[in-house]
Parts: sequence; C-alpha cells; structure tokens
Amino acid sequence: MNAILEAREVAKRYGPVVALRDASLTVEPGEVHALLGANGAGKSTLVKALTGVIRADSGTVTVDGAQPKIGSPAQAARIGLAPVFQDPALLPDLTVAQNLHLTRTPADRVHQRLRAMELDLDFSERAGDVPLPMLRMLDLARALSRDPKLLLLDEITAALPSDLSERVFAVMRDQREHGRSVLFITHRLAEVIATCDRATVLRDGADVGTLVPQEGGEERIVEYMLGPEAAKAEAEAAETDEQRVAVHERGEPVVEVGKLALGNRLLDVSFTLRSGEILGVAALEGQGQDDLFAALSGQRSPDGGSIAVHGRQMRARNPYDAIRAGLVLVPADRVQALLPQRSVGENIAAPRYNRISRWGPINMRAERRRVRRAVDELQIDTRAQRQVRRLSGGNQQKVTIARWLAQGFGALLCFDPTRGIDVGTKRQVYALLRSLGDEGAAILFFSSELAEFPLVCDRVITIFGGRVTGELPGPAADEASLLYAMHGLVSEDEQVA
Amino acid sequence: MSTTTAESTTTARGTDWGRLVRRHGWTVGLAVLFLVMCLYWRSATIRPWGSFDVQSLCIDALPLAFAAMGQAIVIISGGIDLSIGSLMGLVNVLAAKYMVTDLTTVTPRSFQHALVVAVLLIGFGFLAGALTGLIIQVTKVADIIVTLAMLFVWAGAALAVLQVPGGGAPLEFSSLVTTDTVLTKWVPKPLVILLLAYALIWLTIRWRRPGLALYAIGSNRPRAYLSGINVPLTRVMSYALSGTFAALGGLALTAAVATGDPHAGDIYTLNSVAAVVLGGVSLLGGVGGLIGPIMGAFVLTLVKTILVIKGVDQNWAQVIQGTIIVLVVMAGGLAIRQKGKGG
Repeated sequence: MNAILEAREVAKRYGPVVALRDASLTVEPGEVHALLGANGAGKSTLVKALTGVIRADSGTVTVDGAQPKIGSPAQAARIGLAPVFQDPALLPDLTVAQNLHLTRTPADRVHQRLRAMELDLDFSERAGDVPLPMLRMLDLARALSRDPKLLLLDEITAALPSDLSERVFAVMRDQREHGRSVLFITHRLAEVIATCDRATVLRDGADVGTLVPQEGGEERIVEYMLGPEAAKAEAEAAETDEQRVAVHERGEPVVEVGKLALGNRLLDVSFTLRSGEILGVAALEGQGQDDLFAALSGQRSPDGGSIAVHGRQMRARNPYDAIRAGLVLVPADRVQALLPQRSVGENIAAPRYNRISRWGPINMRAERRRVRRAVDELQIDTRAQRQVRRLSGGNQQKVTIARWLAQGFGALLCFDPTRGIDVGTKRQVYALLRSLGDEGAAILFFSSELAEFPLVCDRVITIFGGRVTGELPGPAADEASLLYAMHGLVSEDEQVA
Repeated sequence: MSTTTAESTTTARGTDWGRLVRRHGWTVGLAVLFLVMCLYWRSATIRPWGSFDVQSLCIDALPLAFAAMGQAIVIISGGIDLSIGSLMGLVNVLAAKYMVTDLTTVTPRSFQHALVVAVLLIGFGFLAGALTGLIIQVTKVADIIVTLAMLFVWAGAALAVLQVPGGGAPLEFSSLVTTDTVLTKWVPKPLVILLLAYALIWLTIRWRRPGLALYAIGSNRPRAYLSGINVPLTRVMSYALSGTFAALGGLALTAAVATGDPHAGDIYTLNSVAAVVLGGVSLLGGVGGLIGPIMGAFVLTLVKTILVIKGVDQNWAQVIQGTIIVLVVMAGGLAIRQKGKGG
C-alpha cells in the first residue's frame, strides 16, 4: 500500500534565511502523525510547501503514489490535502456563507460536520464577528467537508479552550477509523502522546527522526527536538529551576487591585502583587482574565474598583498612562505588541522614545547600547533582525519582553506569553521571568497551559465567573488543584463546557 | 435536517433587522441626507422647482456616478485608481473626435456610427483598465503609483488626440442622456442608464464567485489566496471593471456636453474617491457596495448645484464641499463606534 504522503528532501530558503534544509516525511493511510520541532525548525514552512501556499526550492512530494503538481492551495485541495492553518483562512468581511461559496464548499456539509462536533453557527454572520475559537472549528469543518485524504492541522489547539480541543481530538480519531490520515502540529507534547501514532521531529529545517510518541514519552521527544546535549542542559536547568521556585520571599506591594470590575465578565477581583513575586492567574476561557489584563494595561477603563501602583491610584485612560505608571504588557499575540516591519533595535527602543529624549534628537549611541544589552540578556536570535516579522514566534516574544527590560517597569503583565512557542524557548521564558522575579520584579502571569503555573509562579490565584475563587502557593499549583479551583470549587466535572 | 434548518432560520429572523440596519445603515443615512438636501434645494430655488431640475441633476451626476462605481470596485478590492479621471477624458475626446466626420466643420456622423464608436470605446476602457491592473500585478509596484503614472499616460494621449476642446456627437446620442425620460417625466434617462449599468455589470457578479473574490482580495489577500482565489486575475479584473466604468463616464460626458475636452475628466479622479468615501466604502478594502458611492456622487453634485443657486463664490464652494465630506465621514465613523460600544 502506498503512503498517503511522502515528502523527500524538501528545501526552502528566504534570501539568506534557510527555513527548510532537507525535510522528509511519510504519512501512512489511517495514521495520525505529529510534526514536531522547536520554533523556526520549519514545521509551518513544510506544511505550506505541502499545500501549495509556497513553492519549495527543491524536493519531491508524492501523494498516493503519484507526483502531482501542487502550485496553489486550490490544487492541493483537489488532490485531497486539506490544511487548517494557525490563522483561520476565512475572510473577515464576508459572511460565513459567502466564504463557503467562495471556496466552493457546500454549506450543508459544513453544517453537518459542525453538528457532529456539537456546534452550531449562523452562516449569515460576518466571519469577522465570529469568535476566534469558533472560527477555527469552522475552518476545521470546512476542511473536513471536502473529505480529505490528509488533514493538516497547524497548531489548531493553540488557542482553543480544552473542551473544543477534545472535539478536535475526537475528529482526529474519527479520521483514523475511516482510514484517513492527519498531520498534526502542536507544541503540547501531552497531546501528541495521547493522540498520535507516530511523530516526525524537525530540527533546523531537517528531519532528525520519526518515533512512536508513547515509547519514551516527553523526554525523548524533547531530546530529538533540542539535540542531545541541549536537552540534557535543559533538563538540569528545569530541575534546579523547580527547586528555586520554593524559596522566595515577598517584598513591598507593587500593584494593589481592589474590587475591580469591567463589563459583564470581570465582576469583583482583588489581589496584591508584591515585588519579587510572580503571581499566577489561572482561569478557564472567558472568565474575565482578558478584561483584567486590559484594565491593568490601560487598554480599557474599569467600571469600578481601584488599581494602585506603588501605593498611588492609577487612572489610566490609555496604555501610555499605564506604562508611565509602570504597568507594561506582554501579550499573547506578539504581532499586536510589535512593529512588524521595523528592526529589532527599533522595536526594543520604541517605548523609550518618550523617555530618552522628549523632543530633541534621539541619542542613538545610548539606544544601541541598551538594545544590545537586552538582546544579549535574552539570547535573541538576531540573524533576521532587520524586520521583526521575520523572526520566529519565540524570538518575537523575547523582543516584546526585551523592550520593557530596556525601558524599566513597575510590574510586568504577561498574558499567555508562551502561546505557540516551542518547549526550548518556553523554558528560556520561564527562566527569564524567574530571574526577573529574583531581581525584585513584580510579575503577573496568565497562561492557558496549566502545567506552566508550578514552574513559574510563587503564588497562583484562580478566577471563575469574574471573581477570585482560590489561592494556591506556586509549587502546589498542580493541574488537578488548579482545575478544581478554576471551576469555582464546583466538583462536578461536566462544568467544563 | 429539515427541522434544524427551520429552527436556524427562525432564530436568525429575530436578529435580521438589526443586522440589516447594521450592514446598510450608512446607505440609509446617506439617503436621508440626500432627501433633506433635496427639500432644501427645492425651497432655495426661486422659479418653480420641477421634473426639469431632477433631470438636470441626473445629467450632471451621471459621469461622476460612473466614476464612483469604478473607483468603488477598485477600492473594495484593496486598490485605488487615480487614472479614472484622465481615462474618462481620453474616452471623451476619442468619442467627440470619431462621432463627427470632420473636426473643423463638426458635422456629426449617424447615430448608428456613434453607437458603434461607443461600444468600441467601452471595450477600450475595459482593456485600458486591464492593462493598468496587469502592470500592477506584474511589476508589483503599488497601485497608487502605477495608476498615478497611468493618469499621465491617458492625459497625454487625450491631448494628442485633441489639443483644444472640439469635436461633437450626433443629437440622438446626446438625447440618450439629455432630453428624454422614461414612463413619466420624473424618471430621467440618465438614471435608467445608470441602473442598467449597475444591474448588468455589477449585479451579475456581486453575489457570485467573481464578485465575492473582489471583496475577498480587498479583505485579506493572503487568506483570499488560501481560499483558492486567483488573486492576480481578480485584481486585473477590478481594474478592468474600473476602466469600463471610466469609459461609460467618458461617454456620458460626451453625450451631456456634445463636445470633447482633453481636460474634461480631470476633476473626476479625486471626486470619485470622495464619492466612494462618502458612500461608506472603507479605503482599507473589503467593505461597502456600489449604491453608497452612487448616492455619494448625487450628494456631491447636489451640493454643487445648491451652492450655485445660492450664488456662493466658486472658491468657497470648494471649501464647503470638502467640509461636508469630512463631516459626513466623521459622523458615520462616530455612529459606527457608538454601535460597537453598545453591542
């Protein structure tokens, strides 16, 4: 029997940057195959090359024994390859029905697929008005309605709440049962072990091995992803990190939040963030955490309650006020924070322009020195530093942190800072946050990945229904205790939805 | 299956009105503004106001309405066409030159001959627009730069065809837009021609894949590509349609004034952008329709008419026109923001 997909020695370079060196991959019929690798390893590039979004410089792709020409996404769809990308491919200004019409997808089949996933959606809605998680599910349903031989899922679970992720896994299992195949890209290794038959690992644009994820577990995968030596060093670092979390003393209050309320999600949240402390905020999707961070970072004005920074009331009408008060944001969506077309240096220096020299010319020497120091400190890979948008996700996130380091801040607000970042870079981010904490910084930390809380935080509060429902010491914040508290101390499990 | 469909339609019906207002609120608001202005116009006229005034307004507005339609299609597709006005001028002089036997005596040719010229020129407009789109697509130079260059190309060509105003058109051709009305004296021919062009060119594609593709490439080009749309072809098509409407605008000019002037189209480039913006089309692309810009063209024309009646100085008239554009767009923006806060 032929493989569904066989990619041989695929290579792609963008100018001097080699995205794919020599990547090979085989997906068998009826297989759920994981494609893994650190950020910048070339996973997304490979998927784009396989589905005709970009054209590879060299290499061959065999689909079902034939070597078709895959020059465009439309051609890829015709031979049975259906991708779902990180960024939903629906056009925001058209209605859902028009989007489906545009891609020649029968709407009733998509409806069926959605209903099979227990979802419903009004197709006359503008796609731009549909919430992002639902849009991803719609994208998935659209791909499924073409009954593809191979479904390619590029980090579809990255921003999905856990109940929707479960439905994606159910779809993957269902495809396998029907002899269809799935190529699954994710950074969550637990998902890989739970759902995938085999996994191919990419490193620096080449495949370094295909393994069965259940044999050897997470450690072996990480070893492949990072290379043998790096993995050992990382493991040791992780261990010592865990020890260090336990001993931490609290300093002066930096941010005092009292009875904060905003809109109909955030109702009554109070907490105190002290210097040298990393305070975790754990919550299920849509419990008011977005509004909490929006209020603290000055993007929206709270309806009630108070925010005090270093004992002084903050009334921020815009992010500039919040930044001046010392509250700075590291958002999940890095593109939102950065100036994608500008250089690494300019991005780091941008928040400082207000301070270095208000009206006069900018002291470029001082600026460059500061930027270089921040770049060194965070080990930002600056090979592609002329435009930040060319950096990998992990490096972009480091730049968003670096700009605040260069500027100085009272408290760092990290909203899901590791979303879509690979394991190695994630650990660097944890280590960075903790060393900042050791130096006396106050950090508020939200993450959609529960496993991160015990690794990063000194203390964790949980928010449910717009109120604080629990507080745990960081090391004790394992997934089970967090989940319990995150559901507002309701013990029934079916509350997740 | 059937029960769920019925359910979803009934649940949808409850929100349909709100959605309709949300989607077409701008156009409705613009219509109200136009009617209010019409009432004022009527009260400001000294002699009895009648169907003749409606006819002359439509004749005046027709070329700008065509230009606005072409401009709207390009802007919806995420581009901008600065060459519309000068292409209109070129078509105007070509028509005026070839609809007469001799430029010195200005003897008009037959009506049939004029119609053939008109059809050929519409084809020429289509091809000229397609050429502009092709240059943009092949050279990857920004829309605004290429169309600015084409503005000079067509303007130069127009001067080469006719150095000074001249030429003409057969009376029957002029009467296509000037004298006659349809059914009643309140339905002037220019309006009928406008609606015909709207229906034949725009409505045939608007709700099908080619039309949706225009909106798609203006909404988000990478995603449009991922949706399997032929982005280069769609882009060329948007400019070809713009060229077609520019040709119609040029012919409307010829019919209205029965003469050719190489500078006749000059004002229409920026006025068409103004009408499009007034018509609720986002300059970022992907949003809006053609009815709005058409009404925008009528509003702009009516403003001019009223200012002439009021005897306002020509220079101040321009200041007032500009102010109105900014005010309307600002009011629309505020309304949208208010709605966003409520919902």
